[in-house]
This record gives sequence, C-alpha cells and structure tokens, in this order.
Amino acid sequence: MSTTARKAGFGATLWDYLTTVDHKKIGILYLIGGFFFFLLGGLEAMLIRIQLIAPDNEFISAQFYNEVLTMHGTTMIFLAAMPLIFALMNAVLPLQIGARDVAFPFVNALGFWLFFFGGVMLNVSWFVTGAPDAGWTAYAPLSIFSEGHGVDFYAIGLQIAGFGTLMGGINFIVTVVNMRAPGMTYMRMPLFTWTAFIASVLILFAFPALTVGLFLLTFDRLFGANFFDPSMGGNVIIWEHLFWIFGHPEVYILILPAFGVFSEVISTFAKKRLFGYSSMVFATVLIAFLGFMVWAHHMFTVGLGPIANSIFAVATMAIAVPTGIKIFNWLFTLWGGSIRLTSPMVFALGFIPTFTIGGMTGVMLASAAADFQYHDSYFVVAHFHYVIVGGTVLGIFAGIIYWWPKMFGTMLNEKLNHWFFWLFFIGFHLTFFVQHFLGLMGMPRRYWKFQGEQGLDLFNLISTIGALFMAVGTIIFIYNVIVTQTKGQKVSGDPWDGRTLEWAIPSPPPFYNFKQEPLVRGLDPLWVEKMEGDGKIKPAEPLGDIHMPNRSFVPFVMSLGLFIAGFGVMYQGGYWILAVIGFAITAGSMLYRSFKDDLGYHVHKEDLEDEEGDGSNG
Amino acid sequence: MADDMLKSTNLPQNPERATLEGRNKFMGFWFFLGGETVLFASLFGTFLALRNSTAEGPAANEVFGLELVFIMTMVLLTSSLTSVYAMYHMKNNDPKKMQLWLGITVALGFVFLGFEIYEFYHYVNHYEFGYSTSAFSSAFYTLVGFHGAHVAFGLVWIIGLMIRNAKRGVNLYNAPKFYIASLYWHFIDVVWVFIFTVVYLMGKVG
Ligand SMILES: [Cu+2]
Repeated sequence: MSTTARKAGFGATLWDYLTTVDHKKIGILYLIGGFFFFLLGGLEAMLIRIQLIAPDNEFISAQFYNEVLTMHGTTMIFLAAMPLIFALMNAVLPLQIGARDVAFPFVNALGFWLFFFGGVMLNVSWFVTGAPDAGWTAYAPLSIFSEGHGVDFYAIGLQIAGFGTLMGGINFIVTVVNMRAPGMTYMRMPLFTWTAFIASVLILFAFPALTVGLFLLTFDRLFGANFFDPSMGGNVIIWEHLFWIFGHPEVYILILPAFGVFSEVISTFAKKRLFGYSSMVFATVLIAFLGFMVWAHHMFTVGLGPIANSIFAVATMAIAVPTGIKIFNWLFTLWGGSIRLTSPMVFALGFIPTFTIGGMTGVMLASAAADFQYHDSYFVVAHFHYVIVGGTVLGIFAGIIYWWPKMFGTMLNEKLNHWFFWLFFIGFHLTFFVQHFLGLMGMPRRYWKFQGEQGLDLFNLISTIGALFMAVGTIIFIYNVIVTQTKGQKVSGDPWDGRTLEWAIPSPPPFYNFKQEPLVRGLDPLWVEKMEGDGKIKPAEPLGDIHMPNRSFVPFVMSLGLFIAGFGVMYQGGYWILAVIGFAITAGSMLYRSFKDDLGYHVHKEDLEDEEGDGSNG
Repeated sequence: MADDMLKSTNLPQNPERATLEGRNKFMGFWFFLGGETVLFASLFGTFLALRNSTAEGPAANEVFGLELVFIMTMVLLTSSLTSVYAMYHMKNNDPKKMQLWLGITVALGFVFLGFEIYEFYHYVNHYEFGYSTSAFSSAFYTLVGFHGAHVAFGLVWIIGLMIRNAKRGVNLYNAPKFYIASLYWHFIDVVWVFIFTVVYLMGKVG
C-alpha cells in the first residue's frame, strides 16, 4: 500500500479493471458499458425517428428499419437500463449498508463480463448477418421464420447476458441479507438498498423464465425442436407466456431501483426524513409481489377468454395502489421541507408528474376491453416510454449525478446538469406525449412507413423534433462528464449534506470502504449522528486487519468462452470446433476456479493507520 | 486467519456455516436453487402444454415403460440418501468416510445417467421418437434432458471436489463447497420425483 499516489500506465489500469473484483470498480465498468449501449440504443432511436419524420419516407430500408427497432428495444432494456441500474447498485448498495464488500466479489465480476460479452455478441450481428428483426419481444412464429442468424444472435446473446444478470441478482440478495453492518436492521436500510434488494429478488425469479424461453427458441431454430411450430403440434403462445412471465417483473426490476434513487434524492434535498418510510418498504414489496401475477395483460388480445382477461386486468389495476402510495409519500416528503433545487432534485420533480401520466395510461391499458383498441398502437409505445424513460432513465441519471462524487470524487457541473435535464425533459414530452394521440388515431407501432394526409404528419414531425432535443441534452451530459473529469477537481466526502452511510466515508472510498465497521444508530444513520452526535459515524469494532478478496482474470475468461461457443452453436457445421473450444475454455476456467484455493488476503491495521490523513470523514 | 481456514482440527459443529464466506455460499446457493425452481417450473409448464401435441408421432403411453424409470427413481433417491451420509461424516470430521459415501453417490449417479441414455436410445431407435418428431417429443427431451444435464454437471462437480480434497481433510474452506454440492444433488433428486410423476406416471395413466 503505497501512500504516494502514482499515475498508473494505461496497460496497468486496463489489467486492473479486467481483473477487478471490487464492487466500486465493477460499478464503473457497468456504468461505462451501460452508457455505451445507451448511446447505441439512442442512435437507433434517432434512426427510427428520422425515418418517421415525414410520410412515405425512404431514409432507411424496411428490413433495416425492422432491425433497428428490434435492436433499439433490446439494447435499451437489456444492455443499457439493466447495467446502468447494476452500476448504481454496485457503486452504492454495499456502502449504504456499511459493508466492506459484496457477498460474492468473484461472481459479481463474472456477472459484469457475461453481460458485456452478451451485449457484444448481440451487436456483432450487425456485421455478420444483419441484426435480429423480430422485435424485442421476438414473438413466435415470426422469430422462428426470421431468416439469417439475426434472431440466433438475439437468443444466444441475451442468454449469456441473462446469466450475468441472474448472478448479479443473487449476489445482491445475499449481500443485503448477510453483510449489513451492526445496527443496520432491515427497517433502517435506505430505500435505494431496499428497492435494489427487492429488484434482485425479482431478477432471481423472473429471469429463469426468459432463460427457458430463449432455450426453446434456440432449440427450435437451431436443433429442429417444434415448440413453436403449429404444424408439428407446437404452440406459439408458450413463448408469449414465458416472455411476459419474465417481461412484466422486468419492468419492476427497472423501475423499483429508480424509485429508490428518487426516495434518497427527495429526502436529502428536502432535508427531511422520507415520509412514510415503512409504507414505502411495504409498497415496494407489494408491487414486486403483484408484479408476478399480471403478465397476461400483455396478451389481452390473444384470446385467453373473458375470465382470464378480467382477473389479469383487476390484478394490474391493483398495482396502481402501492404505486400511488409511493407518489403521495414523495409529495409529503417534499411538503414543508427546505428544498434545494439541485439537478438530481429537479430530475426527481420532473419524474413525479411524468411517471404519474405513465401510470394513468397504464391503468387505461389494463382495461382489457379498451386494450383491444390500444393494442400494438403508438398508445402503448407512449405509455411504456413514459414509465421507462420518465421513470427509469430519469432515475438512472438522477442517481448518476447524485452519486457521481461518491464514485469519482468529482462533481459534475450543476449548470450543465440543469441544461441536460431541461433539454431531455422537454424533448421527452415532445416526443412521446403526441404519440398517445397517434396511437388513438390508429397508427400501429413498429411500422416502417405511414401514409400522408391522414392527420399523422404533424405529430410525427413533432415527435422527431423532440427526439433531437433529447439527443442534444445527452450530448451536453457527455460534454459535462469530459470537462469534469479532465479538470478533476476533488470534492469532499459529503458534498450534498447527505443522510446515509455512503456519505460518511471519503470520495472515492478506499478499496476496503470502511476502516472500521460502522455502528448504525437509526434510519438515515449519518443524519442521526449529525443531529445527535458529532457528525461522525461511531465505529462498531476496534481497528483490526481487514480481509479482502483476491483479484481474478477468471471471470473474463469464463465469459469469453461462452461468447466463442455461441458462434459455434449458431453456425454449426465446421464451426462446431468453436463450440468445443469455447465450452472447453469456460469449463476449464470453472475447474481452475474450483481447484485453486482462493483465500483472499489481509490488509494489516498498521497499513490502514498510514492512510489516516486522506479520508476527510464527515 | 487464512491458515485457520485450511486447518482440519477443532472444527465447529457446522463447519459449512462457520465462516461468513460459508454462510454466504450457503444462502446464495439456496437462492440459486430458487431460480432453478422457476427454470424447471417453466419447462414443466411447457411440457404440460405440449404433452398431447404428438403430431404424427407416438404418444406418451405408447413409448414410456415404467420399469426402468422406476429403477432409475430408486437409484437417484438412494444417491440422495448416501450424500446425506457423506455430509454426516463431514460434520464429524471423518474425511475418509465422507469420500467413500460421496463415491457411492457418484456411482449411483452414473448408473442413473447410463439408464437414462439407454432409455433415450431405446425411444429413438425402437419407437422412432426423436427430438424433432413432434412438439411433445421436443418438450419431453428438453425437460428430461435438462435434468440429465444437471445430473452430469453434478457428477463432474462432486468428482472434482473429491479429487481436489483427496489428500486433505475437511476444513472451513472446503466444507461449504461439499455442502452446497450435496444441496444441489438433493435438488436434482426432487426435480426427478416431479419428472417421474408428471412425465411418466401421468403419461402412462393420464
Ligand atoms: Cu406488464
């Protein structure tokens, strides 16, 4: 442990990140990876909007349009939103519960690399065969009869990324259950930790359904199975069930952590305890529970019958109740607070009305009878962008800006943050508000072209202009990041006057997070100490040696093996050799991991005391 | 402290849960099995939806015979019991007997897998009941094949653990590894009980 900070070379830094098992660095990897795919998905969105800027446009071909819209959805959900949420969870969750590490640092790294290689795999399709073109939902039999290997890339790429997500989920569940600091009871956990915990439980029980669905799709396409081939007795509805048994909980996996971010942000910048903390926890659990029994609201028009449709309609509407509880709790937290309009707070204030609109159209869509009109129209597109962009994406950016100082030790320029917010926010409403009406007027989603003179021209034009605003906003954010990081001006450990444990340690935190395990004396532990103590967290243990996990290159290699094997399985014939090599690499690295004792190492307390000076606590 | 992890003396009552790493593994693996349950539930659901979709191919009661499957069930159930003995000896810090019972468990696993391969071979060759014959056949081979792949993975896993720890005793580092491997083995067994009931008994009778 050298006390003099030396600038590491590029090679050393790269190796550091390739082999890291530190949750904070994995968080940064997720942030970079997720943001890269966010830009890619955004680019695809721009192509869609430019194609639809005018009637009968010939900007891109029909086939390419199908590929772009499929990849936009797939990328944004699986490769942008999920990893960005994992970025926040990795960066913050262990700090919020006073843990030195996650439960499974190795598995955590493996989860990231699986996601990364899965994402790369999906996008390799652009260059070798054409991207998947059956929509992000890949409904059978369209996905069965799609030519080329696009849909195979979809199935195998998502399969690999999905394994990673599942592992990440298990890691965070066990971290929360087993690794909390003394005094950090469940009902003292910050709401972001709670929502991340519940989202992880959802991942655990939802993703295996997707795993099976993707396997069946792969087997049908590549190995002659007949699951979705009606002429051989197959049933295409099975795919829809499996996909939505995963797919509906997935939207709560995306939104619950965003709810958590806003709960932290609103409470911090209203300088108040979160109103109705226990009802917030209860509502989170209830939403997750109900989230598993509503999947068929995506299938109202399939013909499941009036009884099934009614049950799923009522169950879906019921979710509005706990969600409404949350909205009111945020409003009551704001009520009478001393509000600071920092940029994360402005994101939160923008989120509340936007998400409420998305919730309202959700209840409209839940009415099974009315859904026959809305189904597969732009009304649906407008609805889910209101909840996913208006909820998840705003939440992710609020979280990134809010925790940026904790992750990097620097502060993004607030003025630019506000510019980003307003451009993005106004652009968002321009893009999607009019799409409600396009849908009600009968414009179907996923169509390559629309005809002129049907009253659709103006709203489509407005929608495209809005998308440009969002793009400009995002570019300002990137500019802000570059400027801030080149300047590299350091801020204190607690720049926002925070309430939770992560603000009690330096920014960025030392690799062992907490020199001594913190003693938690209440909800919002740092605030408790600021009000009742000396503003410093009391240690729960004497200074001692700290046990840390060893770094490892194995997660990277293990994931690389599956990536290589995927091509062999897909192309078969002479390419089977790739599958053999790939699976051998993965199996070999698993055996290596199993056979080599990995006991970690200890940081001695003498070395810790050396660093006493650099952490400005509190 | 790191040395303590590899010491085989003075082990606590439950060495698999004595360390934080052990408790994490123990709990994480239970959650993993929760996810596996959803995985198999999805496969069972698919199978149930397609069990009568035989197209032109043979139906369940034409191909399935219960004798061999019953023997397989008994073999796998017994292997679960022998893995319990292995864990009992692990907790008593008796690595020799643990290895012996794990060895028996693995042997039974191989018998099961051998019978299963023979059974599939038989279906394909005597009944022309191949993977692509019908939606029913695809669903059958996928469900039962997933289980078989789990058995094969478990065998490699347990054999790996036995070889790695052949020359050393039980310690706080490897006890959780043995323990979760045995948990996995029980899980596979439970899944098979459902396969026996839903696929074979219901296929023969229902
Ligand atoms: Cu839904």
